[in-house]
Amino acid sequence: MNFDKELDARGLNCPLPILRAKKALTDMQSGQVLRIVSTDVGSVKDFQAFCKQTGNELLSQQEGNNEFTFFLKRK
Amino acid sequence: MGATPDIALIEEIVRQRLDEILPQKLEEKLAEMKANKTPSMTIIATKGTLDWAYPPFILASTAAALGWNVAIFFTFYGLQLLRKDISGLKISPLGNPGMPMKMPFGPDWFKGINWNIPNLVQAGIPGFESFATTLMQQTIKNNGVADISELRSLCLEAGVNMIGCQMTVDLFGFTHEDFIPEVKEYCGAASFLPMAQEADVTLFV
Repeated sequence: MNFDKELDARGLNCPLPILRAKKALTDMQSGQVLRIVSTDVGSVKDFQAFCKQTGNELLSQQEGNNEFTFFLKRK
Repeated sequence: MGATPDIALIEEIVRQRLDEILPQKLEEKLAEMKANKTPSMTIIATKGTLDWAYPPFILASTAAALGWNVAIFFTFYGLQLLRKDISGLKISPLGNPGMPMKMPFGPDWFKGINWNIPNLVQAGIPGFESFATTLMQQTIKNNGVADISELRSLCLEAGVNMIGCQMTVDLFGFTHEDFIPEVKEYCGAASFLPMAQEADVTLFV
């Protein structure tokens, strides 16, 4: 999937992946896509809740090699 | 037919129609109000140790990331969290049976050991708290948990309103210069409570 910006949140724990993602989204334009890679198991549910609450769209989430990849479309 | 029965009939029809429309209208209006309202949270932070510094700052920074308005009222030992340098915050395992005492280094079997150290021994060893704090700081680092100063900075950056309790500032002999300049407000319970009343979430930590 194409993306406009990437955030490496590997090794970071709650709530840092969310905080860094929020910061990254702030600098982006509406409609642009942010790719996030994290290793925090809790971040899966947290990103779902974050998107639901903030109105940014969670385009997809994948798991592999103990890593989680999220694609977020900025509101 | 006279005029009186007609009015009764009209009243009945109007009442029935209103009963039909009102609940739906009310629901629409409430949903609209909910959608337009920015959620808000107030937290009372009362603890001044490294472990208890985390909950208020984690919740506040996350809520701010979700777009909420957040205020933290720091009172009693919570004032320690507003000091300019909080790298010296300590943790005390003494009298805290809920705290696992594990080593943050060595092979996995060694890290897994829970060191059951009696209170009397903990209390008798000089520097035990500093030792436990060093281990905790290493554990925090190993687990990719945010450094507490960093987490506080993130809160401030996100616009979390930090408020000091003036009574406890005086009680403990602090001055406003002891605290970070981002603390714009020092007040008391009477100022905080109306804020908490308006908030959707209020937590005491």
